Amino acid sequence: MEPLGKMSCCTKEAVAESAHPHNGKLVGYLLLLAPALVVWWVVYGMLPGFSRLLTYDVLGIAQGSPLGDSVEFLLYDTPKVLMLLTLVVFGVGVIRTFFTPERTRRVLAGKRESAGNVLAALLGIVTPFCSCSAVPLFIGFVTAGVPMGVTFSFLISAPMVNEIALVLLYGLLGWKVAALYLGTGLAIAIVAGWVLGKLNLEPYVEDWVMKIRTDPSVLPPDEQTWTDRIEAGFHAVKDIVGKVWIYVVIGIAVGAGIHGYVPEGFMASIMGKDAWWSVPAAVLIGIPMYSNAAGIVPVVEALLGKGAALGTVLAFMMAVIALSLPEMIILRKVLKPRLIMVFAGVVGLGIAFVGYLFNYLY
Amino acid sequence: MEIKVLGPGCAKCKEAEKIVLEAVKESGVAATVEKIADFQQIASFGVFSTPAVVIDGEVKVVGKVPSKGDVLSWLQ
Repeated sequence: MEPLGKMSCCTKEAVAESAHPHNGKLVGYLLLLAPALVVWWVVYGMLPGFSRLLTYDVLGIAQGSPLGDSVEFLLYDTPKVLMLLTLVVFGVGVIRTFFTPERTRRVLAGKRESAGNVLAALLGIVTPFCSCSAVPLFIGFVTAGVPMGVTFSFLISAPMVNEIALVLLYGLLGWKVAALYLGTGLAIAIVAGWVLGKLNLEPYVEDWVMKIRTDPSVLPPDEQTWTDRIEAGFHAVKDIVGKVWIYVVIGIAVGAGIHGYVPEGFMASIMGKDAWWSVPAAVLIGIPMYSNAAGIVPVVEALLGKGAALGTVLAFMMAVIALSLPEMIILRKVLKPRLIMVFAGVVGLGIAFVGYLFNYLY
Repeated sequence: MEIKVLGPGCAKCKEAEKIVLEAVKESGVAATVEKIADFQQIASFGVFSTPAVVIDGEVKVVGKVPSKGDVLSWLQ
């Protein structure tokens, strides 16, 4: 107990000492953010006109030509998507400072199945999580009394319902597809977690995991000022946008190429509605693949434009970002192979179901 | 001083280790830095989001890469 008392006392002192400069910094940030947002808004509104001007007047490419289509798509979508991404990543970065894995665990511990599954899937969106933390997080949740099915709902939702994918789908395909992705992603996490919980899979967790006793009191208290939160937003932008912009650009460039040069309906035969096998094939191909959402969504958008069915393409995307071989290999440390197979199987079936549903609805 | 960087070896964990090593060098404090990748050991600290930094048995940060300034203040 002593270290904890000492620690919280030190933190308080530190906060008191630095209260003044922190406030000054906060005002500075707010003065910077407000005009930045206005500039963002104005520039975003000007993008369609600007890309047309650049393509047809400055570069002098003929309107309606394949090259013109490709270049206009590239010059409009690249800045549009990068701007949306910056805004959302900043916002999510700030929101995530309110949801630490520790707090999420406290909320979920002792929750019953069903309500717990829903809550876990929702918290999976906003709790900061990187796939390399999957194992310690699994241990931390399960040993603290979070039911296993609820833990799985979290572990499915966290990578699958991804803010980058959401932004890209919204920017490139509109709010309806983005909402469908959000809704079905959550539904898969909730239902798959619930099913896994019902299967009584505890014996298939490695034995040492259940023996671990964790003591949450050892963790440092999480006290953050608004300055910290805004800085976390900046940090997220630098970190995430800095890392994925190149994939976005490459993805959009490939998409632009497909736009202008691949004939209409080309994808219809292999990824179209009538090819019933395309959904399970898309999921099977997607599971071992590991890519981030940033690179895959622009290609998805272009494939859709050429006759690929929405459900098939969404299923492929979800399988790629939700399940990956590296993650399974990491999870093998705590889960016996049989449980990993069941986990991948249940999530894969859920994704395939969503694929068929959309192909049927659209 | 005994410093442990907990993390399975992802990019952020490596960054955390790098920052800790830099801070130790800068401060001139005599400290050993150990990287712990074993999940069983990580869990035994009560830590379940990585990277995490433990100094003399006390968990200083979990789930994010600390800034060099933070690490320097812990070393004092």
